[in-house]
Amino acid sequence: MSKLLFEKNVPGSNAFSLPPCDVPEQDIAIPAKFLRQTEMALPELSEVEVVRHYMALSHQAYGVDDGLYPLGSCTMKYNPKINEWAVRLPGWSCLHPLQAPETVQGALELMYETERMLCEIGGMDAFTLQPAAGAHGEMTGVMIIKAYHQHRKDERRKKILVPDSAHGTNPATAHVMGYQVVEVKSNHRGLVDLDDLQAKMNDEVAGLMLTNPNTLGLFEEDIEDIARIVHEDGGLLYYDGANLNAIMGVARPGDMGFDVVHYNLHKTFSTPHGGGGPGSGPVGVKSFLSDFLPQPVLIKEKDGYRLDEDRPLAIGKIHSFYGNFAVVVKAYAYIKALGSAGIREACQYAVLNANYLRCKLKDYYEIPYDRLCKHEFVATGRWQMEDNGVSTLDIAKRLIDFGYHPPTVYFPLIIKEAMMLEPTETESKQRLDDFIAVMQEIAREAREEPRQVLEAPHNTPVLRVDEVQAARNPVVRYDKS
Amino acid sequence: MRFTPHSQAEITSMLQDIGLNSLDELFSDIPEPLKLKKELNLGQGMSEMSLRRHMTDLSSKNIHTGQYPCFLGAGAYDHYIPAAMEELLSRSEFYTAYTPYQAEISQGILQSIFEYQTMICELTGMEVSNASLYDGATALAEACKMACEATRRNQIILSATLHPSYQAVVKTYAMSGKMDIIIAPEHDGVLDLEQILAMINKQTAAVVVQQPNFYGLIEELEALEKAVHAVNGMLIMSVNPVSLALLRSPGEWGADIAVGEGQPLGNPLNFGGPYLGFMACMKKNIRRLPGRIVGQSVDTNGKRAFVLTLQAREQHIRRERANSNVCSNQALNALAASMYLSLVGKKGLKDIALRCHHLACYARDAFSRQGIQLKHEQPFFMEFAVKVADPPQVNRKLLEEGIIGGYELEDALLFAFTEKRSRSEIDQLVTSVGRINNE
Repeated sequence: MSKLLFEKNVPGSNAFSLPPCDVPEQDIAIPAKFLRQTEMALPELSEVEVVRHYMALSHQAYGVDDGLYPLGSCTMKYNPKINEWAVRLPGWSCLHPLQAPETVQGALELMYETERMLCEIGGMDAFTLQPAAGAHGEMTGVMIIKAYHQHRKDERRKKILVPDSAHGTNPATAHVMGYQVVEVKSNHRGLVDLDDLQAKMNDEVAGLMLTNPNTLGLFEEDIEDIARIVHEDGGLLYYDGANLNAIMGVARPGDMGFDVVHYNLHKTFSTPHGGGGPGSGPVGVKSFLSDFLPQPVLIKEKDGYRLDEDRPLAIGKIHSFYGNFAVVVKAYAYIKALGSAGIREACQYAVLNANYLRCKLKDYYEIPYDRLCKHEFVATGRWQMEDNGVSTLDIAKRLIDFGYHPPTVYFPLIIKEAMMLEPTETESKQRLDDFIAVMQEIAREAREEPRQVLEAPHNTPVLRVDEVQAARNPVVRYDKS
Repeated sequence: MRFTPHSQAEITSMLQDIGLNSLDELFSDIPEPLKLKKELNLGQGMSEMSLRRHMTDLSSKNIHTGQYPCFLGAGAYDHYIPAAMEELLSRSEFYTAYTPYQAEISQGILQSIFEYQTMICELTGMEVSNASLYDGATALAEACKMACEATRRNQIILSATLHPSYQAVVKTYAMSGKMDIIIAPEHDGVLDLEQILAMINKQTAAVVVQQPNFYGLIEELEALEKAVHAVNGMLIMSVNPVSLALLRSPGEWGADIAVGEGQPLGNPLNFGGPYLGFMACMKKNIRRLPGRIVGQSVDTNGKRAFVLTLQAREQHIRRERANSNVCSNQALNALAASMYLSLVGKKGLKDIALRCHHLACYARDAFSRQGIQLKHEQPFFMEFAVKVADPPQVNRKLLEEGIIGGYELEDALLFAFTEKRSRSEIDQLVTSVGRINNE
């Protein structure tokens, strides 16, 4: 545990300086009533102390570069270094978003080409790069669905269908956009229950939000029927692209009947997660929805690219400028590096790794749907819980002691004691074998010396943190007093 | 180029362990008609060397602010970024990490967010802050939603002097049907106080004001604050964080929610993103704040520790009852903002704000010596508009002379002056604008 910046303060030690001022330093030309009266307790530290502070913090963080990160539905694949180099080119990083179009043709070309490649990968007709994250993409997509129905004067559609296995962002997005959320059940195979879908689908439903493969890592094999049921009653089909890594280059949401999709560039297209962001959540649509995309829309003309603001049917703007451009630069470089064959191969190896892991773990952990999975699968700690009182949370914390980031836990909600594992394609067989050995060892510990697991982690800078206290009496800022 | 480490022998042995004969069999659950029959049309993969050349060539088609002095602002500012930042932000423990849900191996990230929240509170004069949102405009839209929920009303009054893109984004979010947006008119570049006071009533959830406003001018908010609070509505302020070293803070104005674009705090221009939206409010509304929040707690040994807190507000717990769908934020940009504030420090930020102001004052005087008039006669911070006959034409000519000009208003150009601009650059700008405008 490091001291806080504010606890290291040495007034007068900061030596930041500007060049000498070469204009007259007049009195402040602002009336006193508009000026700040109170002090700001910002840090006062030397450069070396600031650098050491953040170095110390970095030692208490864990990234993909530190090791396997099997977080289900998060696609924590390796982030190629060339992309980090590329994004620092001053031709990208020093571009003001409001510069004249003729001075930013390279940036517009990159965005345009990225949109085309994302269309090709998903079988869609048009894309916007504005959404800054997956949830932001979902919101944009749902707005497009709403705008489409409104434009057709189809005002009855007040509901959105969401499977019970869906990411929390799906129902939250539908609710935030003013829809009533109706949950569709999963069947005994972990897939959308077609009877339940049929029963809930009607002319009051704006659309269905679906992840495919779903959050159990299972491909929705009835997707053609699902699309038919939704479309027959005038609804639209929304694709949550969180799990696109499982099918890219092999199959396309556009060919399955999806009308609107979002991708997560920070998952599928290898842009780093940054400790929680920035992400990027581009949204793609079929041509009949392209007029509703947010403005500005990128247009290619004879003499170059331009941003079109004149879009009468557009939902509006959803970002101050054009989205997380620098994230798009990294995704572009990634797709260019892989090419057609590499994109497909990444998908194949992601699915290979997940199935390998599943087969090697199934004797040690319950796997509720133990059949061919896609890029991820769900195991559980149910056996350990029932036999030894060791929970999935305990297993997750014990993994930390062995140098691994835990998987996604307690999700999807329809599985008790769930652990959702997604190894991604960038893990080698040796890495997976090491991880498997550790998971087997933890299963043994749970049986033979459960305290080791129950009290984990043992080797971290802090032990388990009291979340209840944090929430009961929230302290969310440093206070000297 | 490939980033998959598998050898052919390993693939064969892994398939064997799974009980399959080929990679294709891994996809037997996808109906045959849905499988792609041909390769995607993405071209051949590039080697690192070719990619390096390609990216260099493509980026060279742009003209950037490292080549030409930039007087554009309007929501994104060309401030100096200390060298230590690039080094520190390159630590891949930071940039390749996921959201710090696992507190025990994420203390570094959690602590950095706690420090960020503290600094945002200090700047804005508010009591609590979240861990960041997408950008200034989306942070404002979330604040408007929050005000509607807190007041159980749905009327949002936006000042006409609010950034046009921010107005547009809030209007888009209002597609939810849960917010009614009305625009309060301006007079001489600032809020028309009389008119906005007449608009406020018991349906008003919040009044939104930008400070300094879109034209760079400083708004008088005292009467407005009293009026909106008299009807139990909220005052939302969208502020420039650098200006807060000099100007009266949202807390001092009596605002209920402060938001803003954090880009000026050490984040590169990057053609508009990624930036960060900051958001702070008073304690009583903490459970309505959207996005992630880091809280202080203790571990099982009683040692201080940090953890994501109040998660019961969030989409992954609350699902269709959540008030916001935010999941990913702009953590790395927030980290950059706190590194920036640490490196320039308390005094440095004041020096920077003052320098921007002095340069802008110098430019104002120089413009007036050239006979170029200010569009508005109001106090400003670091940005103001000057009247020109043909703004696009002036900008085009400036570009020919190697200057990135201002933001084009109907009959004026809006110029921003950061600490990076020098006297000679300003002299050149003023002379050129004067000459072009007289041509």
